[in-house]
Amino acid sequence: MSEAMNIHSGLATAHAAHHDGHHGHHKQSFVSKYIFSQDHKTIAKQFLITGIVWAIIGGLFSVLFRLQLGYPDQSFPILETFFGNWAKGGQIQPEFYYALITMHGTVLVFFVLTAGLSGTFANFLIPLQIGARDMAAPFLNMLSYWFFFLASVVMISSLFISTGPASGGWTVYPPLSALGQASSGSKLGMDLWIVSMALFVVSSLLGGLNYITTILNQRTKGMSMTRLPLTVWALFFTAVLGVLSFPVLLSGLILLLFDRNLGTSFYLSDIVVNGEILPNEGGSAILFQHLFWFLGHPEVYIILLPAMGMVSEILSVNSRKPIFGYMAMLGSLFAITILAFLVWAHHMFVTGLNPFLGSIFVLLTLLIAVPSAIKVFNWLTTLWRGNIRFVPSTLFAIGFVSLFISGGLTGIFLGNSTIDIHLHDTMFVVAHFHIVMGVASFFGMFAGVYHWFPKMFGRYMNSTLGYIHFWVTMIGSYLIFWPMHYQGLAGIPRRYLDKRGWVSFNDFPELDKMITIVSIIVFAVQLMFVFNYIYSIFKGRKVTTQNPWGANTLEWTTPIRPGHGNWDGEIPEVHRWAYDYAKDGREFIPQTEPIGENESKH
Amino acid sequence: MQTFFIVAILVLGFLITFQIAKASEYVAVLRGEEKARKQTNKVNAFMLLAFLVIGLIGVYYCNERLKGKILGEPASDHGILVDRMLYITIALTGVVFIITQVCLFWFSFKYQESDTRKPYYYPHNNKLEMIWTVIPAITLTILVGFGIFYWYKITGNAPDKSMIVEVTGKQFGWEFRYPGNDKVLGKKYFKNVSPEKNNPAGQLWDDKYNQDDIFVEQEMHLVVNKPVKLVINSKDVIHDVGLAHFRMKMDAVPGTPTTMWFTPRFTTKQMIEKTGKPDFVYEISCDQMCGKGHYSMRGVIVVETQEEFDAWLAGKKPQYLVANPDKDPSVKKDSVISNVSATGAKTQMKMRN
Repeated sequence: MSEAMNIHSGLATAHAAHHDGHHGHHKQSFVSKYIFSQDHKTIAKQFLITGIVWAIIGGLFSVLFRLQLGYPDQSFPILETFFGNWAKGGQIQPEFYYALITMHGTVLVFFVLTAGLSGTFANFLIPLQIGARDMAAPFLNMLSYWFFFLASVVMISSLFISTGPASGGWTVYPPLSALGQASSGSKLGMDLWIVSMALFVVSSLLGGLNYITTILNQRTKGMSMTRLPLTVWALFFTAVLGVLSFPVLLSGLILLLFDRNLGTSFYLSDIVVNGEILPNEGGSAILFQHLFWFLGHPEVYIILLPAMGMVSEILSVNSRKPIFGYMAMLGSLFAITILAFLVWAHHMFVTGLNPFLGSIFVLLTLLIAVPSAIKVFNWLTTLWRGNIRFVPSTLFAIGFVSLFISGGLTGIFLGNSTIDIHLHDTMFVVAHFHIVMGVASFFGMFAGVYHWFPKMFGRYMNSTLGYIHFWVTMIGSYLIFWPMHYQGLAGIPRRYLDKRGWVSFNDFPELDKMITIVSIIVFAVQLMFVFNYIYSIFKGRKVTTQNPWGANTLEWTTPIRPGHGNWDGEIPEVHRWAYDYAKDGREFIPQTEPIGENESKH
Repeated sequence: MQTFFIVAILVLGFLITFQIAKASEYVAVLRGEEKARKQTNKVNAFMLLAFLVIGLIGVYYCNERLKGKILGEPASDHGILVDRMLYITIALTGVVFIITQVCLFWFSFKYQESDTRKPYYYPHNNKLEMIWTVIPAITLTILVGFGIFYWYKITGNAPDKSMIVEVTGKQFGWEFRYPGNDKVLGKKYFKNVSPEKNNPAGQLWDDKYNQDDIFVEQEMHLVVNKPVKLVINSKDVIHDVGLAHFRMKMDAVPGTPTTMWFTPRFTTKQMIEKTGKPDFVYEISCDQMCGKGHYSMRGVIVVETQEEFDAWLAGKKPQYLVANPDKDPSVKKDSVISNVSATGAKTQMKMRN
């Protein structure tokens, strides 16, 4: 059976080499193939490319505000050329600074690391790895992208209005975000932010429901749930988290919209703003924080889990060794998913929360460290006694583990309410979450892009540029965020654009300059990655073998450039789990190979 | 011009890098891809090990450079607990950090691809997995135990003898109210807030507890070694009373008063000696994003002896008398003028409405 399969796919390869993209499916117009496509692979690429565009915008914002932080006394005339009044005299104005950080956070958390990450890889990998021709509902899947696109258009447009985009921080706490009198960013920009996020939630729900349905119903013959690659499991839990938590954010935002425009008092009470006494009484500003963080904390795992899944897969493939403790990995993913819903109030230890409630959330928060620790130890054991191939994806996966350890451990500081009293809302928090969910997830994403690029485009990315990309980003990330913890320990609050007016916080000007310089370099290297990505789509070295990494999973049984429908003939049947590497003296055994008579059991 | 040069250098550097990268790909193809790949594999494995060693040295160096600029002696009794918890956590997580990072990079280096090694088929080991579930669980129980113990001490009820100060945040500054001799803060209502009528806190003048309350802005005075309970409010958006030296922090939420208490251990003068900074003051920083002036929302705390504090407070006039000069025995004579100015303010209010 497997030999027949191999012959078949061999033929398909030869076929594909001659006519790229024609696989017996009806001919498609340019529009239906590349724009309003219902092919999960094309939708994945749309998500990825939109995500990359957003990442460049969001990254550029961070460079701009790092300029202000590193050189608060210097003027950059070029900024005035581009941004006019927002950077009067070449200096970033406070309103502009707060708009930049707000947009940086919103864009990277939602548009890049949620849509760009799970949108890309859930779409691309789920059907390919479970053996399905497409998603359960391809049309909804297409809508999911286009809702994301609409959300992007609305968010982009908010950058160009005269009062500026939302600027109350990505967490948009009311009353600041509810009152136009309190901040110019809370005028029209905030309404656009809410509309954009509502569209985004719709996109995320359409996608998430599709991923869940597809994984539960469309698995090929023999693909039991416990034979699924960990990537698919991680994407499954990600989708569950999104489906259960995004509606709560939406409800919170709708109430905020009412408070802003219809005179309700859900979040507003006892307010005298700019000398104006508002009529609202009886609302609770803290209510919004509960609703927000009920999404906000699972969101962290929505960002992190896909990276974890891909890293598990890539580490196993490239150390030529099964992932250690598949069931434990699965169990810890499950535990993280459950606990993700039970820890949100650790963002609110100093809001006046009942101390008893606070102590429960300390317990639940630190509990998450247990499944996280299991995952780390299992990754380490996967590397142990392997035969490791350092392609760029492996390096990024190893980098992910290193960053996840560093950022995870500082989470134990912040999850402990006693320490959080001192560190809450300081630069320590900024350093912590950038390492653990920002940079680490980016590393997972890069690992995924380098690993699956050959499947996406039938070509390789240039690996020398990949190595440079990895090393500069790895060293740069630690240089930027490691010393930042010390600023937090010194009590420097986050979102301070100029610390020169303070006696207590003015001790780190040199450090701020260093961080700014390194972040500009790291940003430049990301642009190099984008260049490598685009260049390689058209000019990269061609893939000539069907399974270039020697991997077991199903996506490598498709033709080099699979068409709509993925497999030319029948969908292959699955006979084993995805991690039979180095078993019985064989380098790897694909999932499609039946269990041999004399095969050892594990 | 400078910007232009920087951009030009970046572009040039990038072009060169790209050409090298492309060339190296061709060279690899010419020399045999397998061979070239194995060579870069060795280079990367070595770099990972080097990263570990240099990284750990960097962590040490960073700590040496910066440890003098952080923390310092905690200036409140609660701060001692916070710092102790912090050091316990640093010790435990530090051990885990070093062990796991060393394993990660050492394994990567040691088990780099080699033609002679056969990877070891090792899918699971229940005993091992049990061990590394239980050990983190125990460690975390210790941390949770200490954490909650200290947390309850810090957030528990303030001692009865504490002095009370009301702190109110607004865009972008701080207001304070002392309860006066009766030790009770009078009632207030936000719709009464009126700086024009000398009632910036919105006090209700018919509440007798308000008659001796003292209102000050930007500078709060506290007594050393005397517990203080802060009652925290906000007028407009959410602010946060951040006291880095006392290791204390609490949000100021409009409509929902919050509290925190602590005991200052050192006077401002003592801290000047301890830190060696002649301009040292205790600062209140707003730690919750509150608008364009967030970064400059600064207040000052002066910690002093009871005598100094009493002398300072004695120089302040209760806000009740400032707002109602006709009730003030010391300004009886020019009450007419005050009344006129009060009427003036009223007309202004009407015009605005």
